[in-house]
Amino acid sequence: MNTESKSSIPTDSEIVFGILNNSENAIRRLYVAYFPMVMQLILNNNGTPDDAKDIYQEAIIVLYNKVKKGDFELNSKLKTFIYSVCRRLWLKRLSQMNRYGGDIHDFHEHLPVESEVEEQGERDIQFTKMQSALQLLGEPCKTIIEDFYIHNRSMQEICESFGYTNADNAKTQKYKCLQRLKKLFFQQK
Amino acid sequence: MRDEQLIEAIERYLNGEMTAEERNAFEQLRRENAEIDSRVVEHQQFTALLRQYGERVALEKRLNAIHQEIDVHAIADEVTAHPSWIVQLWRHHHSKISVAASIAIIAVLATLFFSGYLNNNNSYTELGRKVDILNNSNKKIIKSINDIKSAQRPLPSDKYRGTGFAITSNGLIATSYHVISGADSVYVQDVAGRSYKVKVIYNDPQSDVSILKVVDSSFKNLGQVPYTFKRSESDLAENVFTFGFPQDSPVYGDGRLTSANGLNGDTLDYEISVPINPGNSGGPLLDSKGNVIGIVKAKETRLEGVHFALKSGYLLNAIKNIPEDSLTKIPVLNTENTLANLTRQQQVKKIKPYVFMVKVY
Repeated sequence: MNTESKSSIPTDSEIVFGILNNSENAIRRLYVAYFPMVMQLILNNNGTPDDAKDIYQEAIIVLYNKVKKGDFELNSKLKTFIYSVCRRLWLKRLSQMNRYGGDIHDFHEHLPVESEVEEQGERDIQFTKMQSALQLLGEPCKTIIEDFYIHNRSMQEICESFGYTNADNAKTQKYKCLQRLKKLFFQQK
Repeated sequence: MRDEQLIEAIERYLNGEMTAEERNAFEQLRRENAEIDSRVVEHQQFTALLRQYGERVALEKRLNAIHQEIDVHAIADEVTAHPSWIVQLWRHHHSKISVAASIAIIAVLATLFFSGYLNNNNSYTELGRKVDILNNSNKKIIKSINDIKSAQRPLPSDKYRGTGFAITSNGLIATSYHVISGADSVYVQDVAGRSYKVKVIYNDPQSDVSILKVVDSSFKNLGQVPYTFKRSESDLAENVFTFGFPQDSPVYGDGRLTSANGLNGDTLDYEISVPINPGNSGGPLLDSKGNVIGIVKAKETRLEGVHFALKSGYLLNAIKNIPEDSLTKIPVLNTENTLANLTRQQQVKKIKPYVFMVKVY
C-alpha cells in the first residue's frame, strides 16, 4: 500500500484490459482490492482465512477465464460478480461439509452465477485428473511433456537439455511419453 | 503410416508447420479417413487441455505469490465483527471468571451455613419431628389397644387378601369369615390370573366360615372337585399340607397336626405346625390322602410355628346351613377322592385349579 495507485480500487475496465494484456499488476490490484470483502463473507459464515483464500482464488480464476474467453460483459460490477461467485462456491463447500445450516449471512447484493461455477467445477475435475496423470507419469517424461506442450520449448532445446544424441530419439521419447500420459489420463474415472 | 509418424504429422498440421502441399494432402486424408480425423480432434483437445492446465498452474502460482504479500490477519481482524469489551473479556477469560464465580458462591454458602443462617428453619423441622414422634407413639398406643381387643379374635388379613377353595364344581367357594368380613366387594382369582366377581351367600362368624358363590358370567364349570371333605376328626401327628396365596403366586406348605384343640382349648380348631402367612387364611388343609380336613384360619402371634385350622366338620355344617333361597340347587359335595394314591406333587398339581386368591375391596 505504498503508492496511491496500488491502494485505490481499480476500475473494472482497467482490470479487464489488464487481464487481457496479461498484466501482472492488474491481477495484483484486483486481488488486493476485493480480498477483504471475501474474507468478511467467509469468516462470518463459519469459514477460516484459509477457506477464504481458496474460495477467493477460485473466483479470480473463474473471472480470469471468463475474461480470457471474451464473454465477460461489463454489465454488472466486477465486485458483484466476484462476490456472487464466492458466495456460490462457499455454499457448495458448506453443503459438501454438511455444515450448511440453510442460512448465509450476506454483505452485498449478488447475481445468479450457477453456470459459471458449474463450468469451473467440471474443468477443475479435468485438471485434477491431468495433475495426477502427470504425477504418475514420472520423470523424465513429465518434464519433457511440460516443456514441449506447456512451456512451448522446441524439440531442439529439449534434445539438448536432456542430452539426447539426436532429435529423432527425443521425438520418439516424447511420443512414448504422450501415449502413456493419455493412457493414464483416460484410465482415471 | 506408423502411429508415431501420424502424431508427428498431426502436430505439424496443427502447429501450421506444413507446406501448402503437405497441408492439402493431409486435409484430403482427413476428409477420407474418419479415423484419422478423430485422432486429429482428440490430439487437439488433449494438448489444449494440457496447455490450459499449465496456464492454470501458473496462474495459481501467481495468485499465491500475491497472497503472500497480503496481511491476512489484519484483514481478518478488520472484517470480523468486533464485540464489545465485556464480550471480549468473557471470551478470553471465561474459564477464570467461572472459577472465580464458583468460589464466590461456595464461600457465600459456607459462610451462611457456618454462621447458622441456614439453620434458622431447624426449629420448625424439629417441631415437625416432635409432632411426628407424638403421632407415632399415639398410633402405637392405639395399635396395642386394638391388639388387646382382638387378641381373642383371629387375625384379620392385613392385606385384605386371603385364600379360598372350591367346594363344588359350579363355583361355591369356602373361605374364612375374617377374610371377607366388612368387604364392599369380593373377587376371586384363579392360578391362571383370571378374576371373577363373587357373592357372599353365607357367613358363620362363630366358626369363622364364609361361603362365596361366583356370579361372573365368564366363569366356567371347574370339573369334578378332586378332594373329599372329611367329616370325622383327624388323628394327631397326621401329615397335613396346605396350598394358598400369602403372595401373588400360590405357596405350598406342609407339616403335622399337632393338637386336637385350638387356642385355649378351643374345640373348633386343630393346632397345626405348617408354615403359614396372613394370606393363607381361608385355604384348605388336606391330609396325605387328599381329604380336606380343615380351613387354615389364623396365626398365633405369641408362639412361633403354632397355627390353627378350623375342623372340616364345621365347614360341612356351614354348607348344610346355607339358606336355600341363595342357591339354585342344593350343593352336592364330592364323595370320590381322586388324590388318594398320588404323590404329593401330583396332588398339588391337581388341586391347583380349585384354590383361589380372595381379593377384598
